[in-house]
Amino acid sequence: MINPYIELILMYIGINIILALSLNLVNGYMGEFSVGHAGFMAIGAYVASVMTVLIFPAWPVLLTFPLAIVAGGLAAALLGLIVAIPSFKTRGDYLAIVTLAFMMMVKSGLENIDAIGGARGFLGMDRLTNLPWVIFWVVITIWVIRNFIYSNYGRGVLAIREDETVGELMGVNTRQVKVLAFVISAFFAGVAGGLFAHLLQYINPTMFDILKSTDILVMVYLGGVGSLGGSIIGAALFTILLEVFRPLQVWRMVLIPLLLVLLMIFRSRGIMGFTEFRWLIPKREKNDTPKNK
Amino acid sequence: MINFAHGDFFMIGAFICLLVITFFHWPFVLVLLAAMIGVTLLGIAVERIAYRPLRQAPRVSAIITALGVGIFLENLTLAFSPYPQAVPPIINNIYWTIGEVTISLLQVITIFLSVVFMLILYFIVQRTKVGIAMRAISWDKTIVPLMGVPVDRIVTITFALGSSLAGAAGMMYALSYPVIDPYMGIMVGWKAFIAAVVGGIGDVRGAMIGGYLLGALEILVVAFFPSTYRDFMIFSLLLVFLIFRPLGIFGKSKGQKL
Amino acid sequence: MTLLKINDLTHYFGGLCAVSRFNLTVEANELIGLIGPNGAGKSTIFNLITGIYKVEKGEINFAGQDLLSKRTNQISKLGIARTFQNIRLFNELTVLDNVRISHYASLKYGPLSALLHLDGYRSEEMRSIAEAKQLLSYFKMEGLAYETAKNLAYGQQRRLEIIRALAAKPQLLLLDEPAAGMNPNEIDQLMEFVSQIRKQFNLTIILIEHQMRMVMNICERLKVMDFGVTIAEGKPTDIQNDPKVREAYLGDKFGAA
Repeated sequence: MINPYIELILMYIGINIILALSLNLVNGYMGEFSVGHAGFMAIGAYVASVMTVLIFPAWPVLLTFPLAIVAGGLAAALLGLIVAIPSFKTRGDYLAIVTLAFMMMVKSGLENIDAIGGARGFLGMDRLTNLPWVIFWVVITIWVIRNFIYSNYGRGVLAIREDETVGELMGVNTRQVKVLAFVISAFFAGVAGGLFAHLLQYINPTMFDILKSTDILVMVYLGGVGSLGGSIIGAALFTILLEVFRPLQVWRMVLIPLLLVLLMIFRSRGIMGFTEFRWLIPKREKNDTPKNK
Repeated sequence: MINFAHGDFFMIGAFICLLVITFFHWPFVLVLLAAMIGVTLLGIAVERIAYRPLRQAPRVSAIITALGVGIFLENLTLAFSPYPQAVPPIINNIYWTIGEVTISLLQVITIFLSVVFMLILYFIVQRTKVGIAMRAISWDKTIVPLMGVPVDRIVTITFALGSSLAGAAGMMYALSYPVIDPYMGIMVGWKAFIAAVVGGIGDVRGAMIGGYLLGALEILVVAFFPSTYRDFMIFSLLLVFLIFRPLGIFGKSKGQKL
Repeated sequence: MTLLKINDLTHYFGGLCAVSRFNLTVEANELIGLIGPNGAGKSTIFNLITGIYKVEKGEINFAGQDLLSKRTNQISKLGIARTFQNIRLFNELTVLDNVRISHYASLKYGPLSALLHLDGYRSEEMRSIAEAKQLLSYFKMEGLAYETAKNLAYGQQRRLEIIRALAAKPQLLLLDEPAAGMNPNEIDQLMEFVSQIRKQFNLTIILIEHQMRMVMNICERLKVMDFGVTIAEGKPTDIQNDPKVREAYLGDKFGAA
């Protein structure tokens, strides 16, 4: 059996991997600057918790937990759909503000709903998240997002990043692609939220504010944009560093951003920016021309 | 480039103010100068060390670096000041009542300073050589050096100007709301970003109007709605605003010629 | 059969009139040239046809369909493709991926299939790769398939842009100054290239170009514009001698071609 401390760390790494992968889809592959990712996570956390604690507490856990997680993801995906609409006409910093606004509205909205604890937070979840479930969801996330990236929708996402107008000219339905990207990104953030809630067993709106969004942004850009492997490494490294430096207490968060800044100076695209692990690339996409040097 | 550490420069301004008042007991004007100069030096240092190497890098890397600098400053301050601190008053704050409204000397000074600074900034950006260079750099970074503009120096000056204002703001805040803590700058930084976008990126008047609008909105909303809904209402209004004016009040679309 | 019909097209940029009452009828398989000094409004017309700019005055009809209410990607799906005078490739993507973007509208699987790797997803993707490689090999560029687009030589990039447009299987191809920056030798190759693809892919082509050598040689019909207004149209030989055209644009230079 694994040491419970290590198991906890691994679970946090898994949750962070899901968060980083989902944000990378919109920020890395599509080239947007969404800063409200914590909002999607919050919705997933609250909806999943409400389901297991308030709506179906008596049902068998093996059934309710995955349902709750999926419900959380779907609820977050709905918000993702709404957020996608301004992205049709708005880009760049203006879209960043829109995502920020949505996140603040979610946080503020949650603070005002007393039935789920308001600002005091929501308690009562069972510790339903365990390592097998986390691994399961991490694998699903990687697989689905990878399928998406290497499909024509994924190429559409890249076309939007590179040159949206020309993408449209070549037939890419940019609206459809943007909706898909935001919805999928939000869904998995919601899943991560649900897993997070059932690990910590307590959630409140302040956990899902700009600081959380900033954490996820750091993981994505640390690991490298436009790279699945990058998000995995970024999330893992970020989580591990936070733990390893815990003895330093407050100096931990003085040292880590310093390292981040140094990394950005010397390798601005992140650890694995735009490159990918070979085992993640589908066989059909690989360069099969014989090397003739 | 978006300096997300700007809010934290503001916070440092407030803490410099605290230090200077507590240890040197300086009068108002000197404290203001200390805050402005101190943060200016900080801004120049950060620009040279952290931002300049990233000039050619993708914009988001620069933004992440700025966020990193911000977190660094917050926690460095936290390490030296684990508890919120009270700032000793250095001005006798007089209150005047006009009809139903009460205003204080500090509020008058704050407004006065902000108008003065805005005028100075507007003048510099619109009417001087340095200002033209700044605006040129924001439009096209690559050819501007070919026209003889010392880009490094202009960027440093820009940062110095912006940082000095952040320092002044920090000081006025510290005097007006005398409890300060290392995290006070975070929301301020993001709200400054929002104000800049609402006012229209690239326009100084827009930034100021955006700032006042946001501030006024925060107070007014609480007057009409329950205070817990404040953030919710403000951001809903922000969204509605962006639907009708996606480029902000004075924003110009940097349209490409196809 | 009339493929494209433009009626009374007018466009303003603020107070400046960029295009004034432009008319054009294009029959299938024609190769038409649109010439005129810089700023005459030629690229604007391309942008209006493809929906990049919203048409405020005038009508555009393509293969029986009104284009005014359609979005750019819908217009592309109808069969119109465009290239740009300052090459706009997807720089960070490979040559192959650049070409495959154009398959977006023709791939037969939906988002759910993509996400869950269902039937049809893999086979359609393989088909897309095979078709793209085949197209590239027709132009002897299959060896560059996995090269990043921004690393290609200028001439190769030009050709890639056109190949990418061809992958969308258009009926009408709008070429915007494809010969820009080329020497006479390269222009000859380009002329050969354009004639070849026109025949092979059954294309109708509208060409904006400043290189008279190319225009006079391959265009069947010309329209000359200046300050948004059409000042002459007809066969190349007629235009050659038109005094209005000479005055506005060709002047003395033409004697040399």
